[in-house]
Amino acid sequence: MSFLDILYFIVPSAIFYAAPLIFAAIGGVFSERSGVVNIGIEGIMVIGAFVGIIFNLFTYETLGGFTPWVALLVAMVIGALFSLLLAVAAIAFRADQTVTGVALNLLGIAIALFLVKMIFEGRGQTDFISERFPRFDVPLLADIPFFGPLLFHNIYGTSILAFAVAILAWFVIFKTPFGLRLRAVGEHPMAADTMGVNVTKMRYIAVMISGALAGIGGAVYSQTITNDFSHATINGQGFMAIAAMIFGKWHPIGAMGAALFFGLAQALSIAGSTIPYVKDIPPVFLTILPYVLTILALAGFIGKANAPKASGQPYIKGKR
Amino acid sequence: MSNRTINILVPIISVILGLIVGAIVMVVTGYDPIKGYTALWNGIFGDIYTIGETIRQITPYILAGLAVAFAFRTGLFNIGVEGQLIMGWAAATYVGFAIEGLPKLIHLPLALIAAAAAGAFWAFIAGYLKARFSIHEVIVTIMLNYTALHIANALIKSWSGRERTDNIAQTASLSSPWLEELTQYSRLHWGIVIAIVMVFIMWFILERTTLGFELKSVGFNKNAAEYAGMSVKKNIILAMTISGVFAGLAGAMEALGTFGYMAIRSGFTGIGFDGIAVALLGANTPLGVVFGATLFGALKFGATNMPNAANIPLEIVSIIIALIIFFVASGYVIRLALEKFGKKKEGK
Repeated sequence: MSFLDILYFIVPSAIFYAAPLIFAAIGGVFSERSGVVNIGIEGIMVIGAFVGIIFNLFTYETLGGFTPWVALLVAMVIGALFSLLLAVAAIAFRADQTVTGVALNLLGIAIALFLVKMIFEGRGQTDFISERFPRFDVPLLADIPFFGPLLFHNIYGTSILAFAVAILAWFVIFKTPFGLRLRAVGEHPMAADTMGVNVTKMRYIAVMISGALAGIGGAVYSQTITNDFSHATINGQGFMAIAAMIFGKWHPIGAMGAALFFGLAQALSIAGSTIPYVKDIPPVFLTILPYVLTILALAGFIGKANAPKASGQPYIKGKR
Repeated sequence: MSNRTINILVPIISVILGLIVGAIVMVVTGYDPIKGYTALWNGIFGDIYTIGETIRQITPYILAGLAVAFAFRTGLFNIGVEGQLIMGWAAATYVGFAIEGLPKLIHLPLALIAAAAAGAFWAFIAGYLKARFSIHEVIVTIMLNYTALHIANALIKSWSGRERTDNIAQTASLSSPWLEELTQYSRLHWGIVIAIVMVFIMWFILERTTLGFELKSVGFNKNAAEYAGMSVKKNIILAMTISGVFAGLAGAMEALGTFGYMAIRSGFTGIGFDGIAVALLGANTPLGVVFGATLFGALKFGATNMPNAANIPLEIVSIIIALIIFFVASGYVIRLALEKFGKKKEGK
């Protein structure tokens, strides 16, 4: 394989693996910007992945080509509803957000596997879906020399949607009054409260947006990458998304960049055995690459973490 | 109601609420909760064999719970118990099968120390990074969990060339013919004694030593501890490392007691994550952890009887466990309700 061939192979794969991470990481950005740590993204992605597959399997005969897209919407709604558990516990019940997030992760995988075993008579794995997202060439753009085949050839609509969501999230968080309030609530809830911003409401909305996006992320993952659902389907993608959010400094575009970087690492670890030079590296190094890189990145590039100041603390009215 | 009573009542009420919601889930999904809970009960206490197996299951939970609780008490959140446990498991297994010809008196302690050291080292990384670069330990330990899983799998492959390692030598084993005979040949092993000793050691470190006082002070108020002349960085690293010792020993229980080998895993054991719940339920005290571990170990092992005896997927117990964590974390509401209830009674 020439270098160009490798590039044509690895860049599209990186985008392919990054798309679910982008959705989930931006979900994390919304939640933490409002001051709620969402460790439960992994669990919400599991639910999203499960709902996506189940909905796809049971409706593809009537919905046809629309199935995966409708499944995405359903996963979004269910993801938002599931994240309500975190919202209620963290905002209304003043629960420890990290612990609740851990509970959400355990709950997500347990509910999904319970239902899979119920529906498939004891089996721990669903059938494979037959109605998948189509791949296509972007008209005109795909004809650009070099960049065309690299970025716009044979891609998934969900990848384009992921980039669109990242840009939209940047606009919402930094250019709209809603975004200003969201950030204020995450930095200094008491000041925001004094200025008449409803802290509780903002946080509920932010957590539900994060649940919706993580749900989409899970459904994109299961419907493009694994095509079925089992206990190992999501396997850490949610935590990778959280890492991408931190790596991207709680900024939607930064999170997107970090997600692409992790996508590249995952693509390398999966496709590494076919690439010259890379295939001589023992596979375990490629497998742990994304995780080690995350740690190194946090130690080297980010320096002092600059998370939203009120992140992780319940807001109790009247308490200074 | 006194604060102390409420502190004890919150976890009890959480467990009851968890079981009630579990029953509701079973009814809604068309299963019989009475049949389900009977199967669960029999899976835990059915006969002397299941009791032996239940205690065996509780053993690693105690150590994992201690690991999380120790970190919590010193102001750290160790989500990395899972990874530290896996490294401990791998280290103990390696020492167990690779060394031959040692007397048990040397071989077994050596294997235990190897597990503790491996767990400690894995936790040390997170502690060091937190102290040196102030990177949040939650994110580092999560990443280290995955790294541990894949490294252990690669090690097993290179040691044995197969999907599992050789069995450990008898001289490194915790198994006990006496305990096995006593429990109708369950896999109950001496690990439970080690776990209980570690419960005492944790209590002793925290409550009876200067080290424990310093660790708790740093966890309680970093600035005050610094002002009093304690090294915050040193204490963060030390606290995390000690927490890793407990986690590594939990891995040794699986390596030297229950299984006697290590196999390639596609996912986590779950013991480390359940350790978080165990610690929470036990209010992060050593004795509390024993109760928490007993409950979770029993539920986890009892659940394996549910698919056979009642045809209910065993994940129902994972749902119940997650709900219990959820309710304990939301203790504020339960507390509020209890206080209101208490006041009404006093008013009469």
